[in-house]
Amino acid sequence: MREFLTEYGQLLVDGTLATLAMVFISTAITYVLGVPLGVLVTVTAPGSLKPHRGLNAVLGWIVNTGRSIPFIILLVALIPVTRLIMGTSLGTAGAIVPLVVAATPFVARMVESSLAELSSGVIEAALSYGASTWQVIWKVMLRESLPSIARGASITLITLVGYSAMAGAVGAGGLGDIAIRYGYYRYQDDVMIATIVILIVLVQLIQTSGDLAARALDKRNR
Amino acid sequence: MFAPSLAVAGGYGLEWRVMIQLKNLSKTYSTRGVEHTALEDVSLTIEDGDIFGIIGISGAGKSTLVRCINLLEKPTSGSVVIDGIDVTAFDGRQLSDLRATIGMIFQDFNLFAQRTVLENVTFPLEIRGDDRADRERRGMELLDLVGLSAKAKQYPSQLSGGQQQRVSIARALANHPRVILCDEATSALDSLTTNSVLKLLRQINQEMGVTMVAITHEIGVVEKICNRVAVIDGSRIVEQGSAAEVLEDPRTDVTRRLLGRVRWDA
Repeated sequence: MREFLTEYGQLLVDGTLATLAMVFISTAITYVLGVPLGVLVTVTAPGSLKPHRGLNAVLGWIVNTGRSIPFIILLVALIPVTRLIMGTSLGTAGAIVPLVVAATPFVARMVESSLAELSSGVIEAALSYGASTWQVIWKVMLRESLPSIARGASITLITLVGYSAMAGAVGAGGLGDIAIRYGYYRYQDDVMIATIVILIVLVQLIQTSGDLAARALDKRNR
Repeated sequence: MFAPSLAVAGGYGLEWRVMIQLKNLSKTYSTRGVEHTALEDVSLTIEDGDIFGIIGISGAGKSTLVRCINLLEKPTSGSVVIDGIDVTAFDGRQLSDLRATIGMIFQDFNLFAQRTVLENVTFPLEIRGDDRADRERRGMELLDLVGLSAKAKQYPSQLSGGQQQRVSIARALANHPRVILCDEATSALDSLTTNSVLKLLRQINQEMGVTMVAITHEIGVVEKICNRVAVIDGSRIVEQGSAAEVLEDPRTDVTRRLLGRVRWDA
């Protein structure tokens, strides 16, 4: 064990940090893009705040298309775009573009379903007091859905942990890269098992803290 | 602002000001090419200080009717005149300002679950940009009025149905409205709670002179607090007048049915 740690400890620590960086940076950017997209899809839907059939159809199509491309294909297909934006398609920086592109439609749909949980009566009440569309979105829809959106965030983080492992296969580094290089190419089962254990712990930590955060945020059922 | 004695419902032949006038309102919805009429040629005059009941069975159009007053529903034709001003075509800022002067309470309360009781009550002030200190002062005043100041820091889910409706009444009052619209305000409450909520509404009407429009399917609401009533059936107003007259001498079958004067075996 001691031998294993001296040999691979630093490698695993670096891999874990790289994975965490990829996942958290991508998630942050994804929410900056995905929340407005989810809100836009919601409020332009027929019968909602600002119905707009054309825009709604286009956004819906974009989101569905984004979600239907398998990540591993997106990863390769986006390499030129990634080079253009980040200057490289390798390492943590290179992984962020495909991760954000893959996760944004996913987050948009999750935000949309969080917002759909809200009763239309609450929105109607806000409108009846003279709230503007923007105020309804900000002060009612997003605020009332915050616990549900937070629950979605832990699902997104965990999904991106999985995606980042795939990104590792094409040069992004991180735990996925280690698992493939050592476990798959060199048959070093101990290294692969170590990465799996780290991933399991990571996912558990994210889920648990996400649940705690959502519970702390949610003022219902007290 | 209001002289309470002048605003008491059913006064003594003083000159009443018209608060809400609905002229030949119609509303049709079209869903996938099929036209559905919710309101047909509805005309009503509601005076300042009235507690005006609009009663009808479900599907009669009363929900649509009350939402036309604050234009949550846009009438297909006809006009809505509030305090002498035709508001039918209002939108944007103008519409927001109008709505701020008309409070509304709902059957399911529609409180904001993630906001405290106090934050719920001050919501109409928050969206108008009032200072936190000012709105909290007003909020506590209103919670005092509805007897819930001890619950200010709690959340709606911690309150009973009757308490939640009281909070929503306080919220409806936050902006000093001239009118409060009640959409089946007591239909989700048991009979004891209903009475206490109705008493509160009547007290607000009498002490602050707020005009009330109450839509309901329960004749009890009309009997207990309304001075005037309109009966709506099949998207039309079939009967209207002073509550006492209509209850005493109903002229249509629907009204008799709503009054429970039916022969069960017929």
